[in-house]
Amino acid sequence: MSDLATETAHSPASEGGEVGHGSRHPGALGRSLRTSAPVLPFITYVALGLGVPTLVIVNYAFRSNAGRLTTENISTILRGGQYLTGFENSLKLALVTSIVPGVLGTLLAYAIATSKHELFKRLVAAASGVLANFGGVNLAFMFIASFGPAGVAIKWLAAAGINPWDHGFNIYKLWGVGFVYVYFQIPLMVLVITPAFHGLRESWREAAENLGASSWRYWRHVGLPVLMPSVLGSMFLLFGSGFAAYATAEALTTGTIALTPIQIGAILQGNVLAGEANIAYALGLAMIVILLGSIGAYGLLQRRSSRWLR
Amino acid sequence: MASLELEYSLAPTEPMEPFSTGRPTKRRIRGGRGLVLVIAALYFIIPFYAAMQFSLQDIQGHFSLQPLSQILTAPGFVSALWLSTQLAVATMMITLVLMVPTVIYVHLRMPRFRRVMEVVTMLPIVIPPIVLIVGVLQASPLWLKNSQYLLALAYVVLAMPFVYRSLDAGLGALDLKTLVEASRSLGSGWFSTILRVLVPNLRSALLSASVLTLALVFGEFTMASLDNWTTLPVWIALAPTNNPRINTLVAMIFLLATCLLLMGLVSLDRSKSRHSRRS
Repeated sequence: MSDLATETAHSPASEGGEVGHGSRHPGALGRSLRTSAPVLPFITYVALGLGVPTLVIVNYAFRSNAGRLTTENISTILRGGQYLTGFENSLKLALVTSIVPGVLGTLLAYAIATSKHELFKRLVAAASGVLANFGGVNLAFMFIASFGPAGVAIKWLAAAGINPWDHGFNIYKLWGVGFVYVYFQIPLMVLVITPAFHGLRESWREAAENLGASSWRYWRHVGLPVLMPSVLGSMFLLFGSGFAAYATAEALTTGTIALTPIQIGAILQGNVLAGEANIAYALGLAMIVILLGSIGAYGLLQRRSSRWLR
Repeated sequence: MASLELEYSLAPTEPMEPFSTGRPTKRRIRGGRGLVLVIAALYFIIPFYAAMQFSLQDIQGHFSLQPLSQILTAPGFVSALWLSTQLAVATMMITLVLMVPTVIYVHLRMPRFRRVMEVVTMLPIVIPPIVLIVGVLQASPLWLKNSQYLLALAYVVLAMPFVYRSLDAGLGALDLKTLVEASRSLGSGWFSTILRVLVPNLRSALLSASVLTLALVFGEFTMASLDNWTTLPVWIALAPTNNPRINTLVAMIFLLATCLLLMGLVSLDRSKSRHSRRS
């Protein structure tokens, strides 16, 4: 993910030899097929590795265990109970772990982007790339060892007289999981928001200052409005990342927490009431729909912000 | 932004930028920035340091390097490591063979297709791994389902978002057309053009994509556990060791190793400043 959301308008590539879209000349079809032949392996791979599995999920989501077409799986979820609670928790968790790390990540990215040390910036980018992908089991174990009930950092805090576990902190509950998610969400935010800061031109600040604007007014009227689409868009990406995360919560709580991905995993591993097996697919479909929405919003806002970011 | 604003006004005297217009336009936040960076560094280092201290202890709770020597003899560790290594190599090879020629070709001949590639390579983010693996297991034929390399095939999909972006940015920084035309007019075929001209020029993009793929394979738990393969992360989470310190230690070593590897690559590579692409 190291270069996620780098500017896309930059295209020194050759413009020659494009596929002739909509061309009606005889032979044009053959030529356009020949031009696009080299991308066929990629398209085939995506179709088989991503398209077919998705279709399978959509298909099973609308089938009963006996194989008949039904909307029963969907209505079971919507009727309430544990699956709806799972969605509620997942959405709450994703929302909070997109907004808080989103704001903190923006501040951090700004502090890094204004640095003049090129090497430092690239090292931070590399570290962010690793940390943003550092979800899962390893992360969970790190936090159990440091902030778990017998964790080392907790011992330090307890020695200083404040043990968070005595004040309602619990790493195995919903907000404890959220606390852990922040560790990979902030680097993800830094990764995706950094290109936006390069779009803030020095001349704008100079112009604002020559017109007598204070730093506050510069940010209020120039900086923030330009950055806002990127910030919001990136937060949608973080929302998706927090919403889809499974391994971290599973390893942390051994599946005792009601989150939708955990529930899907539990059903698949056979911990399920008879006749509810296909609910896993319906839950999966619902997740895909929600994630499509958030990534779509990311794409739209990204396009809007690219107006300023060249 | 409010806290940054505050720091701004607290640190009014800063050295001017070389291209400054004479006014001290860069009344910058050296103080504020330092504060933000220190807090962030602490936030990212403290859990890591604490986990390291937790795992490098003997039974009395004193610092000891003994857990390091116990890793290799821990039951199941070596086979999990071997399985993850095989998957990592397979994933990297498939990814590179599939993506490099495709992205190069799209840059050269089908620039319009880049939009499609961008959207398509975002899709793996939309389909969560837990959902994707369910579909993959249902859709694949039995012979493939019984193979460990099904995981490698699925990991290629998971790696697409950052591999594509890395390659796309790397190619964007090259004068691709000139390079290819020069190579072709000197008589080399496509194969040797890619291998001997483009790949060396894309070195840093390829390396960082590879390291991130490596990190992905060595960290991926969801798919592996649902496919019932004991890869390294599955071993870390579920291994029946009587000493959880070992598992934590392995997790930390891999985080440290990937981080150092990628940072090392980045700092060694001076050929291409990221600045050259902008402006």
